[in-house]
Amino acid sequence: MLCDVCKCNDATVFLTQILEGKMQKVNLCDACSKEKGVQDPTGFALADLLLGIGAAEEIEKGGPTQRCPVCGFTQADFKKTGRLGCSSCYVTFAEGLGSLLKAMHKGTEHVGKLPQRAHRALELNDRMRNLTENLQKAVAEENYETAASLRDQIKQLEGELAN
Amino acid sequence: MKFANVMATGGEWLRGEGPHHQIVISSRVRLARNVRDRAFPGWAKKAERIMVLEQIKPRIEELPEMQDSFSELLQDLSALEKQVLVERHLISREHAAKSVGSAVIMNRRQTLSIMVNEEDHLRMQSIRSGLQLKSAFKLVDKVDSTLESKLDFAYDPHLGYLTACPTNVGTGMRASAMLHLPGLVLSELINQVIQAVNKIGLAVRGLYGEGTEAMGNLFQISNQTTLGEKEEEIISRLSKVIETIIEKEHDARQMLIQRKSNTLWDQIGRAYGILTFAHAMTSKEALNLLSIMKLGVDLGAFPEDRRLPIDELFIETQPAHLQKSSQQKLNAEERDQLRAQIIRERLKLFPKPDIIKVARESSNGASSAPSKNE
Repeated sequence: MLCDVCKCNDATVFLTQILEGKMQKVNLCDACSKEKGVQDPTGFALADLLLGIGAAEEIEKGGPTQRCPVCGFTQADFKKTGRLGCSSCYVTFAEGLGSLLKAMHKGTEHVGKLPQRAHRALELNDRMRNLTENLQKAVAEENYETAASLRDQIKQLEGELAN
Repeated sequence: MKFANVMATGGEWLRGEGPHHQIVISSRVRLARNVRDRAFPGWAKKAERIMVLEQIKPRIEELPEMQDSFSELLQDLSALEKQVLVERHLISREHAAKSVGSAVIMNRRQTLSIMVNEEDHLRMQSIRSGLQLKSAFKLVDKVDSTLESKLDFAYDPHLGYLTACPTNVGTGMRASAMLHLPGLVLSELINQVIQAVNKIGLAVRGLYGEGTEAMGNLFQISNQTTLGEKEEEIISRLSKVIETIIEKEHDARQMLIQRKSNTLWDQIGRAYGILTFAHAMTSKEALNLLSIMKLGVDLGAFPEDRRLPIDELFIETQPAHLQKSSQQKLNAEERDQLRAQIIRERLKLFPKPDIIKVARESSNGASSAPSKNE
């Protein structure tokens, strides 16, 4: 079995942690287990192993007492489990997560699939921007008839966006 | 659909079909999704998990792809039944450990399975035999599009789909293929391949995913990153790497026939001998020997019509399948006996390995084949 961290050497240290009833298993080679301080269980964070070296430290940047207002998750919880509490945690812990995601992935911006819902919101936003620009132009040109019609369209669009 | 039907119908991917099926056992694509403003399953309290489950499950069951589906709450499945699903890769080992608040729904052909409240609220996966990552993605993508019109998924314009683990954020997609690479293992080139694959941001894992041992010369290759790359790009990058590995495996097999033929025939002969006559066998030993038999069929040492029984034994000799089919719980010793018995019976009429034929068929390997039978 290969080491979970370096993926090169054979694992010789098999670590099992039980956190809140969830079992997490990690297999390490001798060198990586020493480097990660597994021999000293008190100084050891699972987040580091699951997400890469320094992950636990990174997430603490926002201040160790920060708590997600939606689900109550804290950095300490993240450090322990290597997982987040809810989708809002991505906003709460954005600062620390930013560099973490950068190190972990190919890029920092999602370029893949858009849910229809999000797609539609983008379209509506685009239309809104166009209408607002046209309205300003019409007002500047004192073309009040067009401006009135544009204002109505904007109102209608605001209703759709609120939905 | 009842569990008995799941057991009885083998599942499409177990049939050993599809492009490059000699080397690529199966292709899987899974998408992770979460409902907006709900705690992820690992953090949610039981009541919230049940609430999410009750919101999601009916939406899945009404999918056109899920007509006549198998749908169970995890607490209603026995430990053995869960293990059968794990052995078929229809649920993860993590999901098998779940109980109240989690569920699994899959279609009759067992090409589509959806886990509710695994690490994320939804883990949808499509599994096909052979190298068919594109069509696997197509199926699961379609299901995702139907579901998102009924469920509000957690999504951020910059970060994409939001998942419990930051390693899945973005596409939420993990595409993987299970490869049978005995040639690369026997010629001791496998570590080189694994290291090269790791370097380009892909992961290599054992039979049952993260942290599991590579048994039976089976390896899973998957994408490591999910953010900053389109789904189609990830899949085509992965497919290209897999095609290269397939070539390397073929090269390694040719090299073995030509330069290390004695080792090769020795391995095949031993596998045949032990499987045919053993009276106790662990699942690990069975997998490793069956792998060599499969290689033997690929190389022509056994007739092509013997491929299916070997492929079927791969799954039938797994611990939970063994116990489920014998209708009783067995201890390890009894399992090893029963396993050996099933294999012996299946190989009773199996012809001896025909290595002369292999040597003849190999383009220029005729002179290197041993002159005598084993």
